[in-house]
Amino acid sequence: MKYEMVAGFETHIELATNTKIFCSCTTKFGGDPNTHCCPICIGLPGTLPKLNRQVVKYAIMAGLATNCEIANISKMDRKNYCYPDLPKAYQISQYDKPLCEHGYVQLSSGKKIRLTRIHIEEDAGKLIHKRGDTYIDYNRGGVPLIEIVSEPDISSVEEAKEYVERLQQIMRFIGISDCKMQEGSMRCDVNISVRPEGSTKLGTRTEIKNMNSITFIGKAMEYEFSRQVDLIESGGKVEQQTLRYDDVTNTTSSMRGKEDANDYRYFRDPDLVTISVTDEEIDELRKMIPELPFEKAQRYADELGLNEKDAQNLAKYRKIAEFFEESSEGIRNPKTAANFIIGQIFRRLETENDKEEFNIAISAQQLKELIKLIDDGKIKNNLAKTTLEKMLDTGKSAKEFISESDMAGMDENTLIELCKKAVESNPKAVADFKNGKQKAIKSLVGFVMKESRGKADAALAEAKIAEIIGG
Amino acid sequence: MAESLIKKYSDMLNNKEITCVELTEKFLNAIDTANKDLNAYVTVTPETALETAKAVDKKIADGQALSPLEGIPMTLKDNISTKGIETTCCSKILEGYKPIYNATVWETLSAQNAVLLGKTNMDEFAMGSSCETSCFGGAANPHNIDHVAGGSSGGVASAVGGNIAVYGLGSDTGGSIRQPASFCGIVGLKPTYGAVSRFGLIAYASSLDQIGPVTTTVEDSAIVFDAISAYDKMDSTSRGRVGAPVTDTLKNDIKGMKIGIPREYLEGVRDEVRVCIDKACEVYKSLGAEIVYFDLPALKYALPVYYILACAEASSNLGRYDGIRYGYRTSSYKDVNEMICKTRSEGFGGEVKRRILLGTYVLSAGYYDAYYKKAQNLRGSIVRAFDNSFTCCDVILAPTVPMTAFEKGSAISDPIETYLTDICTVPVNIAGLPGVSVPCGFGENGLPIGMQIIGNKFCEGTVLNAAWQYENAVGSEVFKASEYGVKL
Repeated sequence: MKYEMVAGFETHIELATNTKIFCSCTTKFGGDPNTHCCPICIGLPGTLPKLNRQVVKYAIMAGLATNCEIANISKMDRKNYCYPDLPKAYQISQYDKPLCEHGYVQLSSGKKIRLTRIHIEEDAGKLIHKRGDTYIDYNRGGVPLIEIVSEPDISSVEEAKEYVERLQQIMRFIGISDCKMQEGSMRCDVNISVRPEGSTKLGTRTEIKNMNSITFIGKAMEYEFSRQVDLIESGGKVEQQTLRYDDVTNTTSSMRGKEDANDYRYFRDPDLVTISVTDEEIDELRKMIPELPFEKAQRYADELGLNEKDAQNLAKYRKIAEFFEESSEGIRNPKTAANFIIGQIFRRLETENDKEEFNIAISAQQLKELIKLIDDGKIKNNLAKTTLEKMLDTGKSAKEFISESDMAGMDENTLIELCKKAVESNPKAVADFKNGKQKAIKSLVGFVMKESRGKADAALAEAKIAEIIGG
Repeated sequence: MAESLIKKYSDMLNNKEITCVELTEKFLNAIDTANKDLNAYVTVTPETALETAKAVDKKIADGQALSPLEGIPMTLKDNISTKGIETTCCSKILEGYKPIYNATVWETLSAQNAVLLGKTNMDEFAMGSSCETSCFGGAANPHNIDHVAGGSSGGVASAVGGNIAVYGLGSDTGGSIRQPASFCGIVGLKPTYGAVSRFGLIAYASSLDQIGPVTTTVEDSAIVFDAISAYDKMDSTSRGRVGAPVTDTLKNDIKGMKIGIPREYLEGVRDEVRVCIDKACEVYKSLGAEIVYFDLPALKYALPVYYILACAEASSNLGRYDGIRYGYRTSSYKDVNEMICKTRSEGFGGEVKRRILLGTYVLSAGYYDAYYKKAQNLRGSIVRAFDNSFTCCDVILAPTVPMTAFEKGSAISDPIETYLTDICTVPVNIAGLPGVSVPCGFGENGLPIGMQIIGNKFCEGTVLNAAWQYENAVGSEVFKASEYGVKL
């Protein structure tokens, strides 16, 4: 029998607010243990939470960017459980009235992964185990999170990866989180079950907790899918349980079964008042949602004539997209800008993180000036390329590296003289060419380009050389 | 007419009849003597008190004017956070806990050079009606030390009633200010929910808790209320005082004022208490007020609603006492789970455990709808019923407690019977209303009896004015000084 995977995600994303959700401590990652704390976020007796309004705004933006309905009235609830990293013994979260509901994320195939809800809550601290002891760092405690819960609409590892990537891109684009999985600012729990292909009944699910890389999510899901299928095939039954994924052995193991499930005793937090959001506020936030990467890529392809792959690569990272748009604005052929970025600039940005950060020496305006010189016919592509490298090394403008004479262009007679010189100085290449080695002409053109310090028009030079040799 | 103690002492300071240090020392000495009998204070802070007193004396010497509470010796219930001063809620689990920040009310009062004599006794985590669930033992009634001071703010009431503090701040979740005030023959105000910041008040039941003044006179209650009622950005549920200072509204004529008496409040009340209420009605009639009797059937749900909601919130609020970060920690354990379990088993007393268990139960999956949710809905009905009442009367008059102060030991032996004595005080907390208890007579055993005046939300002015008019009319008839403490 063939089986299909049914999976849904619970994704926690740390919001990039300056201060924590219920106090004014910094949300900065790292720092010496327990230095980003105050009486409120370590839950000292008598302290009270005060909701950071920016958290509500960011969560609404997340909802708007994922096609959710936004609740005008919502509230905070207490989720009670006892664990040393949770200093109040309850997490302030949202239970039955989340801020956002009924959204979706669309995959490249056009398939929509429905979102059940997005709610806001506080993060817990961290346990550090060392030298046989356990230490607690509450720096992360009270950092604002949104939890995005999807419907079980995901039916393959590929869809799962794309879903997570898309969420990541969207949240980065709207600027509410850096979504760095390795730093824990984006973490995924996956609910996964299997069923015979074509069946519409859901199987018993297991939940794999706290995965912090897209690769591991893929591996864990593959492993868990086969484990469940094997279990069913061999006559067994999948048990509802919470699993932990071990990335060293690439296996999942049980954290707790259904019977040990916590009863969180949710109830409304009496320390916090009703959250009300007006339609005007929602409209204001809607205006702040930029064009999202998939729409951008579509536009780059449709309107600017970029190929699909280039369009996607440029649209994927917010800073790169902005750089591209600024440097190509008003340029005759936007592809030139695209080629420079994807060709030369990308070579300097090795990791995903580098691309996300996009720390390069020049501004979009500087690149635009360079492209303008090509557009205006003042310099040729070759010279532009070498100039761009120098610009990227130094941060200086194109004009610093290109002299007046470089831009003066070259009259036809000078070009013919240079071509003649090339033919005279390279008898071997000429002979090769004459013997049918078409490629040999390239070295002659190269000679001309070098002698002219890139000013010559390569195509024209090739034509002239062929004429000279032929004649 | 009852003389304002705060004004009296303030005038003495301003007129240089006594220095603040002398006044403070008198109180500290009185505490030394009286506290052996009363057990009102659990922590005495002579250094802090004298340091403040010296600063006040310097101001007086420099010819600077004093604010109303400046230099006045006072006390705080031991659940109000005081930076660097042990704040234990009279629970073993908070043994040795010294807060690193001040509650907003103490921040406000200490900025006015209030002279803090120490922290006063209370039922453990404010859970109790006799002060006897305190890990330090209960506070005694200053009129008869074989009887309790009441609870949970028993220590504050005992101290103020016993003249070893001019005034104090207590907290009232289901009657914890008004009931001990009634037992000790003094004035206790539970302000409107949100009138006084809860920031720094160690929570029992967050939606019901409110800090308020415990004083010997209504005017003092108004002075202290005016000082502590303000919007606080640290407390999302705070709103502060609405309208003019309450002290400005005292002495307003109450001719034509409608005083409502819900019949349900008089059910099961001891005859001697009923007699006092009837007499008070006569006093009010003589002042030109009109007495209206009416039914408030929603009141019959008040007690179960209170115990369900208060325990539910408490079970969550008290989850943080795990021995990890502060307070008591058990001495031996194998792992963290055992540590938490043993710490809580050893650190909490019986009443607190009972309420945590009750609260956990009513919030549990499968029971939530039957208990917690139903109680929330009924809370709504009670709120609406009171709203409705205030369309036909200006204030409500009711007994504070159906009886006089219990004998020591009797409350602990029968918890359910004791819960029932909260019947008259809890409705005010459920509805978030202001209520003040003022002395209105004595029982056969010579112990004080109190009555409550309840008003609509943020109508402390109306409530305290009605109380002041009564107090002014009856004078010393309902007031008896305790043999203890400072008399100047």
